[in-house]
Amino acid sequence: MSCCGTTPDHEDMNAVARLVAGRLGAFLKTLRDNGFAVGLSEGQDAAAVMSAGYADKPGLLRSAFKHLLSARKSEWDRFDGLFDAFWLGKRVRSRSLVAGATARANSPSLKSLRDANAGQPEPHGATDQIPSDETPRDAGGEGLREGASRVESISDTDFRKLADPDQVALAHEAAARLARAMRTRLTRRDQLRRKGERLDLRRTIHRNISHGGVPIALVHRRRKHKPLRLVVLLDASGSMSPYTAVFLRFIHGVLDAFHEAEAFLFHTRLAYVSDAMKEKDAARALDRLSMMAQGAGGGTRIGESLQTFNRWHAPRVIHSRTCVMIVSDGYDTGDPALLGREMAQLSRRCRRIVWLNPMLGWDGYAPEARGIKAALPFVDLYAPAHTLSSLAALEPYLARL
Amino acid sequence: MKARDDIAQSLSACGYIADGELATAITLMQLLRRPLLLEGEAGVGKTEVAKALACVHGTELIRLQCYEGLDQSSALYEWNYQRQLLAIEAHRGQPDTIEDQIFSEKYLLERPLLAAIRRATPPVLLIDEIDRADDEFEAFLLELLSDFQVSIPELGTIKAISIPHVVLTSNGTRELSDALRRRCLYHYVDYPDVDREARIILARIDGASAQLALQIARLIDSLRKEELRKVPGVAETLDWAAALVGLDVRDLKDQPEMVHDTLMCLLKTHEDRARITREVTARLLGKVA
Repeated sequence: MSCCGTTPDHEDMNAVARLVAGRLGAFLKTLRDNGFAVGLSEGQDAAAVMSAGYADKPGLLRSAFKHLLSARKSEWDRFDGLFDAFWLGKRVRSRSLVAGATARANSPSLKSLRDANAGQPEPHGATDQIPSDETPRDAGGEGLREGASRVESISDTDFRKLADPDQVALAHEAAARLARAMRTRLTRRDQLRRKGERLDLRRTIHRNISHGGVPIALVHRRRKHKPLRLVVLLDASGSMSPYTAVFLRFIHGVLDAFHEAEAFLFHTRLAYVSDAMKEKDAARALDRLSMMAQGAGGGTRIGESLQTFNRWHAPRVIHSRTCVMIVSDGYDTGDPALLGREMAQLSRRCRRIVWLNPMLGWDGYAPEARGIKAALPFVDLYAPAHTLSSLAALEPYLARL
Repeated sequence: MKARDDIAQSLSACGYIADGELATAITLMQLLRRPLLLEGEAGVGKTEVAKALACVHGTELIRLQCYEGLDQSSALYEWNYQRQLLAIEAHRGQPDTIEDQIFSEKYLLERPLLAAIRRATPPVLLIDEIDRADDEFEAFLLELLSDFQVSIPELGTIKAISIPHVVLTSNGTRELSDALRRRCLYHYVDYPDVDREARIILARIDGASAQLALQIARLIDSLRKEELRKVPGVAETLDWAAALVGLDVRDLKDQPEMVHDTLMCLLKTHEDRARITREVTARLLGKVA
């Protein structure tokens, strides 16, 4: 280590090496405490870098360590501050020394998110403004029921008013049709590939061994079949209660038709309900579910529920052909910044995010809730879902997935 | 550090204007023999890094473009079955040594990954848009990148003759696995700052004056701060600069009409085009001076 001005003798050198190794170890631990995934091999390489002549040039060493020890954008952005604080004793804002969530609040992506929100235009030309003297919960109550009752046909009846078993059956049917439309959508690449189906010679030869190698039976290369997967996150909070029952039926229909579908309920916390949903007997499934949905009715913590989802469930249930469908009115009692952050993470993982909002279909509703505003930039389709016809209107979109 | 300055210089000789950090990353690639993972928005010049690296080392660039459904037979190797069948036909009735023959080098089709480890001089292997490939392929790649050897059942294990310089790029459409990230050096490629972008224009576009390059870079910089759906990348900048030079524009402020009309080189969606009105262009031009 060439860290000292004078030429040290052998013993001094060893002492210096031990000291540096100790400091390096402590630095790696600091990084781990801050959520960096730093393993043994990185430690060895870091030591190699130091002894390759980087040790006495802090600027270079920082840059080298940054490439070696950070692995994603969020770490890349925080690295310099951590390095300076540890090695150069620079005072950095205490925030960047704290792991994870708080430090990320400073990241430029979130800043741009906030900026974007500031000028967020109203989607879907929702008309007028929400009456200012009503709380959001009240908006779900009386005034709007009038609007729905003017409509006669079943398919345009607000779900809250569906009581008759026939109508419920119709809703179920619509859900099943929707599910069929979404089940297997070929990507453009798949379609192209199917046109020019190639021979699988390896298999062809194997198949024709009994014919003495003369290729009589041809085997074509099979397309890897990867069906679209649907993950439904259903808001079961108080403000959604008029809709919960019908949406539970809708989801049951969807799960029935989809081979690959998962469902979650959330209110103040997240519950995994696929198993309960896959019960063949609809009535029993709904029974089990309404038990799970109990305790709902309080506030909605969409951000925290999504965090739980991203942390514990997403790696398992999401692959590259996953559409995540969130059914919620977006009234969030949690931190909107958290919701935005988790939505951003979710949108990176899956192919599409569809947000169905029953309230969107009401006249005079605008997405004023802070929660929904934070989430909207990451939503690919934001659509109303308060009647059968609004659900049916989703079909063409989902067919393009 | 000499090696690092050398690399920065050779990169610029190859037409790639790198910042100091990228030069460090490339030095480290050689020191630690690790692949380099480049992440960043589309159009910031990630793929260019690999091309420049091949130019610096004076070696071949082998590119593997990833897509959903990419499998081993199109990435690693495949047997040339047609020729094998022909050989079998040709040798019909002769002593049965044919089996050894048809599973030999002669009938092996190299795909990019196998090609990359069998070159005498280490090539640059560009694995482009790794985030588009499936998880399974990513896992397979992990094994190859750590051992640099491949086993082909009929031939046995093929060890790398030379370890290629591996560059992976990702746009972040899918979260990559921690295992892959941990094996790589990480570099986040950002849009260049005004100064660097001006130098890129000068290096790439013949006939651009320093003043024009700086004006273009400044305008692009403020354009990127507007709310756009598709932020123009470096490739778009170069297109636009080439267009302006071709149209004989010497000074942006003299020809605001021309500037506005050529913005189609930069704005690639209808919405963005509608958002940047003549007034906005005029405002942006005001900042250029």
